[in-house]
Order: sequence, then C-alpha cells, then structure tokens
Amino acid sequence: MLEDGSRFTGYSFGAEASASGEVVFNTAMTGYPESLTDPSYSGQILVVTYPLVGNYGVPRAESSGSIPLFFESDRIHVKALIVSDYSFEYSHWNAAQSLDSWLKEHGVPGVYGVDTREVTKVIRERGAMLGRVVAEGDGEPAEFFDPNRENLVAQVSTKAVQTFGSGRYRVALVDCGCKYNIIRCLLRRDATVTLVPWDYDFTALDYDGVMISNGPGDPQLCGATVANIKKGMATGKPIFGICMGNHLLALAAGATTYKLKYGHRSHNQPALKVGTSTAVITSQNHGYAVDPAKLDEGWEPYFVNLNDGTNEGIRHTSKPFFSVQFHPEASSGPVDTEFLFDDFMESIKKSIKEKSK
Amino acid sequence: MCHSRSSVKKVVLLGSGALKIGEAGEFDYSGSQALKALKEEGIETILINPNIATIQTSENVADKVYFLPVTPEYVEDVIARERPQGILLAFGGQTALNCGVKLFQSGALARHGVAVLGTPVQAIIDTEDREKFVSKLGEIGVKTIKSEAVTSAKEAKRVAARLGYPVIIRAAYTLGGLGSGFCDNEEEMEALAQKAFTYSPQILVEKSLKGWKEVEYEVVRDRYDNCITVCNMENFDPLGIHTGESIVVAPSQTLTNSEYHKLRLLAIKIIRHIGIVGECNVQYALDPSSEDYRVIEVNARLSRSSALASKATGYPLAFVAAKLGLGYGLHELKNSVTKSTTACFEPALDYIVCKIPRWDLGKFKGVSRELGSSMKSVGEVMAIGRCFEEAVQKGLRMIGQGMHGFVANKELAVGNIDEALSHPTDKRIFVIAYALHKGYSVEKIHELTKIDRWFLEKLRGIVAMEKALEAYSSLESLPDELLRGAKQKGFSDFQLARTVLKAKSSAIESRMMEVRRARKERGVTPVVKQIDTLAAEYPAQTNYLYVTYNGAAHDVPFPRDGRDVAVLGSGAYRIGSSVEFDWCSVNASHTIRKRGYRSIMINFNPETVSTDYDECDRLYFDELTLERVLDIVDLEQPVGVVVSVGGQIPNNLAMRLHSCNVPILGTAAENIDRAEDRHKFSSMLDEIGVDQPRWKELSSVSAIYRFVEEVGFPVLIRPSYVLSGAAMNVVSNRDELEYFLTLATSVSKQHPVVVSEFIENAKEIEIDAVAQGGEMIAYAISEHVEFAGVHSGDATLVFPAQKMYVETMRRIKRISRQVARGLNISGPFNMQLLAKDNDIKVIECNLRASRSFPFVSKVLKVNLIELATRVMLGEQVEPPHKSAFELDYVGIKAPQFSFSRLQKADPVLGVEMASTGEVGCIGDDFSEAILKAMLSVGYVIPKKNILLSTGDSRSKVDMLSAATALQENGYNIFATKGTADFLEANGVKATVLHWPDQPHQPNTLTYIKEKKVDLVVNIPKNLSKDELNNDYLIRRGAVDFNIPLLTNARLASTFIHAFCKLAKKDMKIKRWDEY
Repeated sequence: MLEDGSRFTGYSFGAEASASGEVVFNTAMTGYPESLTDPSYSGQILVVTYPLVGNYGVPRAESSGSIPLFFESDRIHVKALIVSDYSFEYSHWNAAQSLDSWLKEHGVPGVYGVDTREVTKVIRERGAMLGRVVAEGDGEPAEFFDPNRENLVAQVSTKAVQTFGSGRYRVALVDCGCKYNIIRCLLRRDATVTLVPWDYDFTALDYDGVMISNGPGDPQLCGATVANIKKGMATGKPIFGICMGNHLLALAAGATTYKLKYGHRSHNQPALKVGTSTAVITSQNHGYAVDPAKLDEGWEPYFVNLNDGTNEGIRHTSKPFFSVQFHPEASSGPVDTEFLFDDFMESIKKSIKEKSK
Repeated sequence: MCHSRSSVKKVVLLGSGALKIGEAGEFDYSGSQALKALKEEGIETILINPNIATIQTSENVADKVYFLPVTPEYVEDVIARERPQGILLAFGGQTALNCGVKLFQSGALARHGVAVLGTPVQAIIDTEDREKFVSKLGEIGVKTIKSEAVTSAKEAKRVAARLGYPVIIRAAYTLGGLGSGFCDNEEEMEALAQKAFTYSPQILVEKSLKGWKEVEYEVVRDRYDNCITVCNMENFDPLGIHTGESIVVAPSQTLTNSEYHKLRLLAIKIIRHIGIVGECNVQYALDPSSEDYRVIEVNARLSRSSALASKATGYPLAFVAAKLGLGYGLHELKNSVTKSTTACFEPALDYIVCKIPRWDLGKFKGVSRELGSSMKSVGEVMAIGRCFEEAVQKGLRMIGQGMHGFVANKELAVGNIDEALSHPTDKRIFVIAYALHKGYSVEKIHELTKIDRWFLEKLRGIVAMEKALEAYSSLESLPDELLRGAKQKGFSDFQLARTVLKAKSSAIESRMMEVRRARKERGVTPVVKQIDTLAAEYPAQTNYLYVTYNGAAHDVPFPRDGRDVAVLGSGAYRIGSSVEFDWCSVNASHTIRKRGYRSIMINFNPETVSTDYDECDRLYFDELTLERVLDIVDLEQPVGVVVSVGGQIPNNLAMRLHSCNVPILGTAAENIDRAEDRHKFSSMLDEIGVDQPRWKELSSVSAIYRFVEEVGFPVLIRPSYVLSGAAMNVVSNRDELEYFLTLATSVSKQHPVVVSEFIENAKEIEIDAVAQGGEMIAYAISEHVEFAGVHSGDATLVFPAQKMYVETMRRIKRISRQVARGLNISGPFNMQLLAKDNDIKVIECNLRASRSFPFVSKVLKVNLIELATRVMLGEQVEPPHKSAFELDYVGIKAPQFSFSRLQKADPVLGVEMASTGEVGCIGDDFSEAILKAMLSVGYVIPKKNILLSTGDSRSKVDMLSAATALQENGYNIFATKGTADFLEANGVKATVLHWPDQPHQPNTLTYIKEKKVDLVVNIPKNLSKDELNNDYLIRRGAVDFNIPLLTNARLASTFIHAFCKLAKKDMKIKRWDEY
C-alpha cells in the first residue's frame, strides 16, 4: 500500500508481520544479503526490480575477526522486502539457510508475487513515497511512518568506540551507519580502524586520517557530525567521505543537500571524473544529493552522474579532503572504484611524511 | 577530437559470408548495426559480403556492396580499388577476423595504408593463439585452463598422460569449437587429434573441467580505458557442452554478488590488459563448490553471445563497438533506448531471458546426436519471462520441434534414463522432464547431469504444477489461483487443454480455444512489458516488448487507431528457413512504415535484424504461437497481419488466425490453404489444365506397389513425419522400396505415405513472383544447375536462367499466371517446376515469400517484397517496366554446407535439405558468377591433384568433358578403378587409387588423410543407400580432412569448366551497383 493510495497484493514470506516505512526501489540484480544488512536502508521498504530473488540462499554467519564475512552489519535493516518471484528452493555451496528463514529470524516481512516493475514506475513518476506492508488478518494497519524525520543515523550508529585491526595507519571511521566492507577495505590496506559514534569528536583521537561512512536518512539531521568534520578540516589531516559522508563533508564545505525524486539505488550508476574522460560504474544507495553550487572557495565537484548530472563527489583543490556519493566499497555491486581507498591511504602516507618533515 | 574520428572518411567492413553452424545470422545483425553507426557519422561504407540474403547487403545500409568472397585476395583487390582509410574486422565473425589477420600479416593493410579500427590486430592474435593467450593472462595473474599447445599427435598423447584423462582437445583459429572434443582415453585422443590437425597446425590439450559452471561476460572498453560489462550469462548446461549447444540464461541465476563481481572485475582486467577497443566476450568456468575459476576463452570480436546479450539487454553492442572504433568514449554516447541517459552504464534487467539452441540433426544421415564441445545447432531462440519457468517453457515452444513447453508433450521414448541424462543429446531437457515424471529426485538428476540444483528445482516445480492441474478435469472446477499460477509458470492454453481437459490430439485446437475463452472471461490475461535497459528507473523511448503473466499492468498504451500492421517473423533459424526470411520480414516492416503505417514485428530469434527494435515501431519479442499472436492482436487490434514473409511458421498460422477472425493481409487464408493442401492444390491444377508429376497418398503397402507399377521407378516417397527413421527419399528399384518399407513399418490410414513419380534428368525451375488481385505483376525465373532430385535449398540457382528454351520460359509464365488467377493471389508466391523437353510440371507452390526472394530481388534490383507488401496494404501497384527483367549479367546462389561440424553425417545431397546457408554472387557471365559463388562457400581452386570417383555410367559420361578439361589444363587426375578405366578408354590419363576397404596402396583414404589431393569429386551411385560404404568413407574423409568435395556431377562439371576457363585475374571486382 502506497501513500498515494496504490495497492499491490502478494504472498507473504519471511516474518508474517506488517511494516511501515519509505518505499524505495533497487535495480541491482545480485546482492540481497549485502543490501538487506546495509544500514543505509534503515527505515525503508525495499522493492527489488530484479524479479528472481532468493536463488542462492543466505550465506553462513562466519566471521573473520569480529566482522562477519558475508554481511554488511549485524542485522537486517530494511523494514520489509518486496519481490516478484521468490525462490523457495535455493542452491549454493556457501548458503546456510533460505532467505525466507533468515527474514523470519530477523522478524522482517517479505512479500512476493508483486509486480515490482509497476511499483517502480509509480515511484519513478510520482517520487519516493511512504508505504505500508499489511499482513492478511492484521486489522487496521500501522500508520504511515516517515523515517526521514527521525535521526536514523543516531539509531544505527555504534554506541561505543571500537577498534579493528592493527595496521600501520590509524583511521578514524565515523559510523553514520557504516557497512562492514568499508572496514574490510581499510584493513586490507594496512590500517587500524577506530570506529566511533556518529557524533563523536574524532579530532580528540590520535589519528592519521578520517573516514566518514555511509548512512541512512536526511543528512541535515547530522549537525554534530558536520561540526566535527569542520574541526577535522582544520587539522589538515586527510578526510574521505562515502555517500552520507559526501553529504556531510559537502555541508561542512558550505554546500547544501536536497532530496532526490526517487534516489539512486543500483549497481549501474555511471559517474564521470570531472574534467576528464574517465567514467566509472558505481554502486549506489542514496535518496539525497549534494547541490555543489554553494561550495566554499577551494572546493570543486569531483564526480558527476552521467545520467542525470547530479553530484557524485566533491574534493578540495589543495587539501586531502574528498568524498564520493557512490560506494567504492561496493558490496554489493561493482568494485571498480575501490582505488579511492588507495588514494585515501596514499594521502595519509603523504600527510604523515609532510608532518615528519 | 580524436585523430581517427576526423580523418576516417571511408571504411571497409567485412561480413561473415554464408550462414554456417557456428556463424549464423547474428553477424548480419552486428554488421548492420556497425554500418548504421558509421553512416550516422557521415562515413562512406564499403561492405564485402557474398551473403546476398542479408539486410546488411541491402540498399541504403552500406554505401557500396561487393558480393565477393571474404578471402584475403578478394578483399585486397577491393581495398586497392576503393582506397579506404579504415577497416572493421570485428563484425563478421571468425571469417572476417581470420581474413583480417591474414591481411595484416601479409602486410597488405600497411601496403594500402588501411588502419584497423577498434581492437588492434595484435590483440586479436593474442586472444586467438592459445599459447600467447595463456601467457598474456598469466602476466596479470588470471587463471586459464591448464592447456598445452602441441603440434603432433604424439606430443598430444604425452601431455594428456601427464594431465590425466579426461582431457579436451581444441584446434586453434577455428569456428565455434571446430575439431574439438573430449577424450577419455588414448584411443579417442589419437582419432580426434588427427582430425583436429587438419583444421589447424596447432592443437591444445587441456584438463577437462566437466561439471563446472559456465559463465560468460560481454565487456566493452573505449580508448579512454573506460570499461563496462553489458551482460553476464550463465549456462544451464555445465562445462562440457559448447556454449552454442547450451541452454543459457541472462543474467546469471546461481551466482552470488561476490562471484558475479569477481568474474566481472576479471573481465575488465582482461579487456584492459589485452587492449581491446570495442567489445569482447570472456567465458569462464566456475567451480560449483568454491569461488575458483578459469578463463576458458576470450573472443576479441562481436559474437553469437554478444548478439544474444544485445537482445537480452536492449544494449546495442555492435553499434556502440563501431562508435568506439571510431574513437568515441562510452560517456560520449547515448543510451539508445532511453535516448536521455548515457551509453556508459550496465543494463539492469527486470526479467530473465532463456536462450535455447535449435538443432536439426534429424536432417542428416548418420550424424551423432550427442552434444559435446563442438557446436551442431543451427539456430537459437530467446524467450523472455519474469520467472525462469515462464521463460523456459516459452523457449521450448519457440524451438518449434513439436513441443508445447517443458511438460504436456508427446511421451518421449527414453531407453536408459541414466545414460540419457549423463550423455546429453539434443533431447536432454525433455529427458529431464521424463526423469522427473518417473520420480527421479533433483539430487539424482544433478548427479547425472551436473546441472545446478536451482534450475532442476524450478523444472521440478513445473512438473508439480502439471500434477496439480491434472487433478482437475474441468475449467469450472479449476481455481483462479491455480489457473493464474499455471499461466505465470509459462503454461500455454494448449498445455492446459491437455492437462486439465485431457484433450485428445484430434480435438486439441477447439479445446485450446475453450481454455482461451474461459481464461479471458475470468480476467486471466497477460500484460505487455518493456525492455528498457534500466529496470524502469528511466522511461524508455523504444518499444521493445514482451508478454508475461507475471505483472499487473501494461507498460505501453494501445492506440488502436487503424494504423498498425503486424508482421509475423520467421522464428528460429533452421535448415530451410534462415536469414532470407528475416530479410523479407524487415523489408515488409520498412515498407509498412514508408507507406504511413506503424509496423508491429513479432519474432523471437536473437540472431536477426527483425528483432532489432529500430526496425519497426513495436517489437514483440515473443512466441509465434496462435495463442500469443491472438493475445497481441487482441491488445493492438492491427488493421491486418502479414503472414507471407516469414516462411512456414506464419504461413501455417494463416488459416487458424483467419478462423479466429484475425484479418490476414494479402492472399485469402482459404487460398493459402488451397495451395498448402496437396489434394486441393492438385485438383485446382487439374481444373486449370496444368500438369504435375503423378502422385498418390497411399495407406497400404500393396497400394504402394500397385502405384509404383503404374508410374515406374524411380519414385519419391514422403512419409508422414511420425514415421521416424524413414525420411523423404527417392527410391530407384524394388530392393530399395522394400528396404524403405521395412523402415516405415506403420504405413496406415493415420500415417499415409505420399508417393510421386520422379522424373529423372529433368531441369528444375523456380519462379518467385508477386501478384495483385490474381494478376502476376513481377516475376523472376531461375534454374538449378543440378537436375531435379536435389532439394531446392541445396541446389545451385542461376538467375536469370541461362540454359532454358524460350518456349519453356513462355510456358512457365503462362502457368504462373494461371495459378495466380486460380488462387487469386495478392502478395508474394513461389513455384517449383520441372521441365524436360518443354514438358512442364508443377511440383510445389507456396503463397508466401521463398528463400530465393532476396537473391532474385537483389540481382533484379526490383524489391519484390516491397511490391508485395504494397499490394497487401491494398495499394494499386504499377508493374515494373518490362525492361527490368532483361539483365546482361548473371547471378548465382550457391549453398553452404556445415558437414564438417556434423560428425559422421554423410555429406551427400538429396531430396531433404542439408545446407545451412547460402551466398549469391554476380558475374558478367555464368562462369565468373559460379566461380565467385563457389569460392564464397569455401571451395578453392585446386592446385594440382584431383580425385574423381564418378558413380554410375551416366554421371561418368557427364563428367568426361570436365575430366578432359582438367587434363588439358595440366591437372593430375586420380581416380577409383571404374572411373579410371572409363577415363582411359576415353583418352584421359588417371592414376588408380584403391577403394577405402581395399588394403592396397595407393589408397584413396591415404591420399585424403595426407591431403595429397586438392579436390574430391565423388558422385554417389544411387540416391538412397545410406549404409556405410566406400563412397561414404571417401566423402566423409574429404570433409573431415578439409578437402573441398563435390557430389553432384552437373555441379562438379560446371565448377571444373569454370576454373579451367577463368583465372583469378579474369574475375571482375565490381560493385553491386555497377551491374
């Protein structure tokens, strides 16, 4: 059931429950275990346009260190999952259970048998909407719930400071709803990662560079983080933002953010490195965008979306500050822009060298 | 601005020549797209392709067309004459690529200052030479199949012993796995290695990874190093079966995100390292129980898979690849579906496609039906659905081999199920259905086939649905949910009639309509969805559509304003129906648009141009079944449907559509039926006083003997198709007749046999024509080089006829006019006739376009389809001026055979068609045209030694003057005993070679194996014996060892006279428009 009155009926799988949230669509063709655990989907009802879902089950809960190998956080963040053709039988060497039983375990409802292409077209034409999943027998459904009014970042962020790895470079990672793969990407590059809550003043830490993670909801509700970033900028140490991190860095650099009509949630978003002929295919998941028009002096757009011209990243012209709207850590999606982590580590190395001079 | 983009003004594009197994219509599509892309840039295009039935060789596609062989010498001649700045090699399959590599290596390209656009030749060589390929990928740590290149059978055996059997053998530089195969032991290795060496000086021996998943990626790279993967595809059949023989789905279904992107990243690494600019295809083997992988191969060109990927995603790979070859970046090009977003993206699908190969193994005598690492299929279909069950069931109907989906088919006769599952044949998918019906578990089938359990579970679900349906016996009792559920799982009305209504075959048509009516009353109807490349994220500007039950709303509105005309396409390419009908369909569609209507195309063959969404206003990539066509007609309500340009599939629908009140354009359905029905046609011929060979439909053995007594031998016997093992055949004597009747054990009223008088040494003539209201307004009369008895699709056609009496010509025109009037034809038609001493008989008449329409239209330079379409649209069409039919040049259409891929098949011509494609060439005279045509289908002019074995005394006489010509021109003639004796007696010297079954040297087989002869002429002694014999061994040997073979005395003699008369320098390099 959508805010505008449209109704779609389907069959239940996963938990038999009702749910309420913002309805968004994702056009990726793989990666449901990763997407469902992505904190950026917090508060959202996810509509998957690829019709066949559940084919390869859900992987084992195995961990490496304290990070699960195959998931992006410790739980499912979507409010509900809407698909066309759910595959009750799954087949994969790495699967431990079905998507159905995993959703049940996490109390998240799923609906199959829905024309998800039609739902997507409705959202495309009328914009992102609130919606409800109503289980049969549930009398009067829950009210529409607008997650974007809440500070979702605060809800999903870590409550305590945590440290991962023991690499040479010390990276402070501001958790706005961080995907584990950001941590994995940093650890692979010889970093010690200190994960801090979203409003934590990371400048109080002894660190070599700071990373601002992805996260759900409206960036304008994260004033505390923006303030900390401004402090961080003053230290001159490298800053790298991803997704929500791009919004927050942009806000710290004087720009504004706005809500897109229906967001970018897919594995096939093309971004052009501004001023070059280098185009990258990126994984994306965001409902808000940066308006770079009011960026402070010294800042410039870094990447731009080739489809709709929206901002895909900003950078400082002289200092090691940059951020991107897309997900270089992928998981799920294409891994073509993982080089940005290398760039970040290089800037850390350079900054350390300069300091020791 | 890129250098090449501004400096290239004129470009040569190489086509792929005749359709053959492994190289089919997909290259007409890719070439046409490339030409379109160049045209848009204002670049002058020159196309070399002898395949005259293609769209790319039509007017207004390329600027200049040469119907010449795609061989280095001819291409160089064209280059010298045209002086282009660039050449494109990636759009004409392996034929164009190999030719281009040779031109590069010989220095010809450098000599003429021609730049290869797109992927550099070195990159092509790096992917084609297996050893270079492995070391190249090794440089970036990419794993390839551990294989070793060897140059002798001995070496091959040593390597195999080290790797451990089973091993796979591949020949380098060949088409679609030619000369490859699996060997389980040393003996098999010995045999296969020897054969592989005849195709290539280098063969590869590698460890077999049978049972691994097979996954492909289509990758694109521009000169700025930007890369995208347009599509990935997963083979339903695991490694071990050539991808051209596999059922394939897109996108992959059983790969996790991590596997998908691991292989995707590798594909990008590979394309960057090799340095491709344009498109390439990377094939992987993926371990089903870990993320371990191997790269199987990389094709540095457009391929069958890339055509499939283009159709599967809506992303025009060939078009984009051509633009990238000119120097564009991906980000500088637009997505041609949305027209607003960029071409630099990766399509997101919101449906699943399923490709299923189409085999025609039944057409070949003695061929092995087992599938393996070498390709045998002659075509393919692509089905689109929103679940696997829907797609696969649609696909199984589309392949057109009498199946109605996965279930509810005629019971298959399977002997040993385990054996049939583990040794796949063209029937494997139905063997799986059979096994599931017999209670086999998914696990057991998985063990035997290694097909992923996910696919098998889905198939099991279809069988479960069938069982659920069978529990009901009326439509009223069938719950809505089950009815809808069945339609969503791809069940057709036919399947419902069979499972629920338990309809008998005789009543199935009416019961099917009952299901349809009930279904519509209950509101169970399909919806139309759009393929838009972005899963609805952005609106599409094109109408690339499919029909599904898994949806709630239509994506497009239906104007129903009386301006839509539907064209039914030709379906899967198969023996007897291929690119010619695609040409007809596309031309009908173009004409419809030109005349102010909108065209709706229905077709499901991914290898075609007609399924390019640019060629019509609405493309329904869907089934050509009565049910689906009616669904579309219900929604679109077109002013009419064209059934006469897509070959036999639409033709067969004419009467059925008509009885459902669908307006058929052109000749009335009743009259189509009068031509199709042997009895009705025959009595019409009697009425108008036109002669035909005597025939009878007979249902008892004694009646057959009586009839044969009356007309005398030989006779042509045509069994109804259920009598397997007894194909249509010419029977020359009582022995053969008895043998035939033992094969056709069940001649009866239900299974009658048609016996016709067979006229020996008669000339066979074809007329392709267009009539308007019963008046013939345009025609083309061609004759066969071969005498009647060779299927018209396998015959060498001469147009205009060169050796025909004026009187014969006049009579044929008169008969055609009478038939056109008798059947009140409005539209295209074709007739086949026999002529002997001015005595003319009609063999067959089709009230539709025929295979030869594009050929005669292009030679005549009068587009018969355009005329016919205008007639069908109801226009009053002026007949072309008489002078249009007087030509001072000659066109020859020659067949292309693919026997080399069909192991053990007897490469002999008969009344059943066996060729897979054809070419059409033009010459100033007959000899020049025939030489060009024969060279285009792979014949080479022999250097020195020729082996003759010329059959019975009549063909010996026929061949005598050719043998004399050979002697006069300094050729060495080798012959089998009888032939040699005959030649000696007539003053031609010949060295005797012993028959294969004789233990003496010099032996025919040794000469063939050692390639000591350059041409083999073997004329079968009679037309029917199909047992293994000496002649068979000589013919098969010639095919297996890649020596040109001729088996028809008339054609052999014609070819020999032509090359004795003309040298290469006499061959004119002339464009189509210069004739």
